Amino acid sequence: MTAMTSLQRVLATMGNREPDRVPYFLSLTMHGARELGLSIKEYFSKGELVAEGQLRMRAKYGHDCLNGFSYAPVEVEAWGGEVIFSDDGPPNSGAPFIRSPEEIGRLTPPSIADSPCLQEVLKAQQIMKSRAGGEVPIVGVVVSPFSAPVMQMGFAPYLDLIFEQPSLFERLMAVNEEFCVAWANAQLAAGATFICYFDPVSSASIVPRDLYLKTGFPVAKRTIARIKGATATHFASGRCLSVVGDVADTGTKAIGVSVLEDLKTVKEACRGRLTVVGNLNAIEMRHWSDEDAERSVRNAIAAAGAGGGFILADNHGEIPWQVPEPVLYAIAESVRRWGRYPLAQVEEHG
Amino acid sequence: MNEPVAAFKNALLALDRVSAQEVLQESIDRQGVVPTLETLITASLTEIGRSWEAGELALSQIYMAGRICENLIETFLPLGDPGRRNQPRLAVAVYEDYHMLGKRLVHSVLRSAGYELRDYGRVDLDSALRLVAEDRIEILFISVLMLHSALHIADLRQRLNLAGLPVKIVVGGAPFCFDQGLWREVGADAMGRNASDAAVILQELTGGGL
Repeated sequence: MTAMTSLQRVLATMGNREPDRVPYFLSLTMHGARELGLSIKEYFSKGELVAEGQLRMRAKYGHDCLNGFSYAPVEVEAWGGEVIFSDDGPPNSGAPFIRSPEEIGRLTPPSIADSPCLQEVLKAQQIMKSRAGGEVPIVGVVVSPFSAPVMQMGFAPYLDLIFEQPSLFERLMAVNEEFCVAWANAQLAAGATFICYFDPVSSASIVPRDLYLKTGFPVAKRTIARIKGATATHFASGRCLSVVGDVADTGTKAIGVSVLEDLKTVKEACRGRLTVVGNLNAIEMRHWSDEDAERSVRNAIAAAGAGGGFILADNHGEIPWQVPEPVLYAIAESVRRWGRYPLAQVEEHG
Repeated sequence: MNEPVAAFKNALLALDRVSAQEVLQESIDRQGVVPTLETLITASLTEIGRSWEAGELALSQIYMAGRICENLIETFLPLGDPGRRNQPRLAVAVYEDYHMLGKRLVHSVLRSAGYELRDYGRVDLDSALRLVAEDRIEILFISVLMLHSALHIADLRQRLNLAGLPVKIVVGGAPFCFDQGLWREVGADAMGRNASDAAVILQELTGGGL
């Protein structure tokens, strides 16, 4: 088969066809800083730097996407919240900016045009789009309206809100939906090929299915319907098997799956409805040998590669800063070795 | 799982505080408060923790179960009550970030099991060292969400050792669940795979002699 571009490869697999090889996404959100000799904070301060870092990461490891994502709390920053930068890890949201549920009634979504931090993200995506020449998909990311309150008000107060103050919960969802849709569509306009709808709170690890169907599910359905491009729902290593059919019903096209669940079973549940994205263990990856990397890649491809509908990636949505270059090279080489279609020669390797 | 434990667990998961209180009252009438902490409360929360690990329950259910449990037990055994367990000096903290849920769950489990403990909220290296020394903490429970925060616990361990503070560190949180060897790497004394493990680990670290 003639070699495809990354974009062709990804579109083929999302159309449940086998491309030339299994596509793989390396979510190297921070490694570009090291490549450019910058601190993580400096790196994220300018869209030009993030774009350059992403392009260099792809030149090194040959993966099939460019990450148009900076850091999750960039949204918190836009809302006026605090972001805590670290020298060796992703920026974190600081103290919650919603200090009591009563403040929800006065909340209004930030303007994207007036948020310098969001504008830098859009600038990065514009540059990637212009330099990648339409051959590489650019992943934009939004935190779902249902999951954003963990950063906005803290996890425990948010769970209390869900259980005890349904009207304020609905109000918060309405405000967050407005922001999320605008932010997703701004990224699509800037050059993102599709949007990762980051929704860990909807995972079966966090809420049971009956609660999901009353909360995260309708929120996702309403929000995704208004996003003017394809979405992939990501649960950040949370379990999804019990809600796969529901997630497909939200209108999303792909799902990020966990190493905690059997990949073959998940793929069967998703077949024909959702492209499976996953499920390498990025936390363990830090100390993988070449053999560990090859075994993990080979097993994942054996479990989920057949028939397309599969993108190899880590299961967290972000590869930690501590994962060294040799591991990333070993993953890339293993996909090229074991991911060529047809996959007849790939069997699970203990 | 015996019948009272099953009934108590089911009541907690159904958010049925009234039924949970009835089961609890019956157990206290039958065997007293302190044995109930062990045979009913800790046993039920341990079962709930195991079910979460197996993917059968969600974190929100554990949170609500812990909250009800903590609230119920405090009506029977208020904080400061002499009937509370004779225990080492305990504290719980989140290290370096603001992901507080894990700490809240551990706090609930230990309080529900009859222990009293200090809640340090979010700490960094300096504040953790100061608080442990000031309060002469013997066992420190640390919750983290991010890998780099987990790795930084090694610095805390080293500094505590240098200061000659004989505190045991129990860690928990996602990085430790996804990398089974990480807790040893950072110099922790034990690792909980879920919040409910906290009470069991505490008994193990103290030789069950509480």
